[in-house]
Amino acid sequence: MTLLHERIKEKPLSIVRNESWHKPIYETNGLNLWYGTSHALKNIDLSINEREVTAIIGPSGCGKSTFLKTLNRMVETAADVSISGNVTFKGNNILGKAMPVEILRSKVGMVFQKPNPFPKSIYENVAFGPKVHGIRNKATLDMIVEESLKKAALWDEVKDRLHKSAYGLSGGQQQRLCIARCLAIDPEVILMDEPTSALDPVSTHKIEELISAIKNDVTIAIVTHNMQQAARISDRTAFFLNGEVIEEDRTTTIFNNPTDKLTDDYINGRFG
Amino acid sequence: MNQLSEKQHMKRTKRRLFLNRFSKSIFMLSAFFGLFFLAVLLVRVVTEGIGSINSDFLTGKLSTQPERAGIMGAILGTFWLMLVVAPVTMFVGVSTAIYLEMYAKKGRLVSFIQTNISNLAGVPSIVYGILGLTVFVRVLDLGNIVLAGGLTMSLLILPIVIVASQEAIRSIPSYLSEASYGLGATKWQTIQRIILPAALPGILTGAILSLSRAIGETAPLVVIGIPALLIPFPGSIMDRFTVLPMQIYYWTLDASLVAEYANLAAATIIVLLVALFILNSTAIIIRNKFQRVF
Repeated sequence: MTLLHERIKEKPLSIVRNESWHKPIYETNGLNLWYGTSHALKNIDLSINEREVTAIIGPSGCGKSTFLKTLNRMVETAADVSISGNVTFKGNNILGKAMPVEILRSKVGMVFQKPNPFPKSIYENVAFGPKVHGIRNKATLDMIVEESLKKAALWDEVKDRLHKSAYGLSGGQQQRLCIARCLAIDPEVILMDEPTSALDPVSTHKIEELISAIKNDVTIAIVTHNMQQAARISDRTAFFLNGEVIEEDRTTTIFNNPTDKLTDDYINGRFG
Repeated sequence: MNQLSEKQHMKRTKRRLFLNRFSKSIFMLSAFFGLFFLAVLLVRVVTEGIGSINSDFLTGKLSTQPERAGIMGAILGTFWLMLVVAPVTMFVGVSTAIYLEMYAKKGRLVSFIQTNISNLAGVPSIVYGILGLTVFVRVLDLGNIVLAGGLTMSLLILPIVIVASQEAIRSIPSYLSEASYGLGATKWQTIQRIILPAALPGILTGAILSLSRAIGETAPLVVIGIPALLIPFPGSIMDRFTVLPMQIYYWTLDASLVAEYANLAAATIIVLLVALFILNSTAIIIRNKFQRVF
C-alpha cells in the first residue's frame, strides 16, 4: 500500500482521479479527420494507457474504427483523407514526416475484423514481420515463430503443421494466427478492430483469454460492437458517437455509473 | 403449386426440362464448333506435311530447291525472337501494371493511359510493323535484326500483358496488403512478397496467351522486312533472321509456282504447332507450380 501511495503522489492529478497507475502511451489532441468533406473524427482528446486494455465502443459509423486506424496511420490508405491535430506515441508526434509509418507500424501491430492470414504457410505468416524488418537468421526466426505462436495459444494446435497452408486453419485459429503474426514483431501496442465479430462464441472466448494473457506485456486498444466483451476484458472504455468521444473512463465506471445519458442509453441497448 | 392444375404443372415442367436440355446442347455445339475446324486443319496439315518432316528438314538450311530445304534457321529465329519478346514484355508489362494499380493516383492521367492501353490492344498488327520499321529499323538504325523484330513484337503484345496483369493485381484482396502494411512492410516489400506471388498465376496466363500470339504473328515482320531466303543461321539477337510463320507465309505464297512448297508449308505449320505446344506447356507447368503453393 505504501508503494501505491507513493506512486499516486508522483502522478499528475488527473491520473490520480482516474485511479490509473499506467501512463499514457498514446495521446491525441484536437484530432480531426475528414474523408473528403465528411467530418469523421471531431476534436478527439483521448489517451491510451500503457499495458491496459482500452475498449472503444459506439454504434456503426461513429468513427471508432477510423480512430483506431489513425493510431497506426492505416487510415491514410483511403483516398482523400485529411487530418488535423496531434497524435503522439510515447511523446512523439506520429502525423508529421519525422516518423516513417514503417517504424510506427513495427511498434504498433494491428489485428483486423476478418482473419487475414497471407496465402503462405503458418510459419511464413508469423515470420513475415520479422523478415520484413530484416531478421534473416533461421534459428532466430524459428524462435520468434515458436514464441509468438505460444503467446497466441496456438502452438500446440499447429506445431506439427507449421509448413502447411494457413488457410487450412479454422476461422478462430486464423485470427489467433494473425495475433501471433502481430506479436512476432514484438509490438508495444496492438490495435484490434472488432477481432471477434466474425468468430463463434468459443473462438471469441479464446481470443478474450488471449488478450487477458498478453495485456501485461502489450498495450491493447480494441474496437468492439460487443458491450459484454468491452465490460469483460477492458480496463478503460471510450464511447464514441458521431465522430466524438462522449465519455471516457474506467470500464467499471462507464458500465455502472456513466455520467452522460447517451452512454447510459447506448450501453443499455436503447439505441445503436 | 395450388395455382396450377396437376396437368398444367406437368406440361410446364416438361417444357422447362426441354429448355434445360436444349440450352446445354447449344453450349456444347458452340464448344465443338471450334474444335471441329481445328481438327480439320490438323488432319489436312498433318497429311500434307508429315511426309516432309525428317531430320534433314528440321536441321537443314533454307533452299530454293524444295527437296533440300530445311527450317533450322527459322526455328532458331523464332527462338531468338522469343528470347527478346518474353523478358521485355514481362518486365515492361508487369511494371506498368504495378505502377497503374499500386502507385498512380487515380485521376485523369491514369484514365488517359488506361484508355490508350485498351485502344492499343485493338490496333492492327501491321500498324505495329510500321511503327517498328520507323523507330527501331530506321531511326535507331538497328536494321532488320532479331532485336528490332522482338521489340516491335513486344509493343504489339504489351497491352494484353498489361491488362491481364492489372486484372491479376486488382483481384488480390486489399486485406492482404493491409495486413502487410500493418506489420510495417514498405510498399515494395508488400508488392514483392504478397501481391506478385498471389498475382503470378493470373499474370502468367496473360503472358502465355500473348506470347503464343507473338510466336505466330507475321504482319509486323513483313513490314520490317524479313528476307524470303535467308541462308545463314542467326546466332544472336543482333543477327538478321526469319521465323517459322514467315516461312509458312513465303512458301504458301509460292506454292502455285512450286507445288512441293505446299508440303513444306504444312510441315512448318506442324513444327510451329509443336513449338507453341511446348511453350504453352512450360508456361502452364510454371503457373501450376506457383498455384499449388497455396
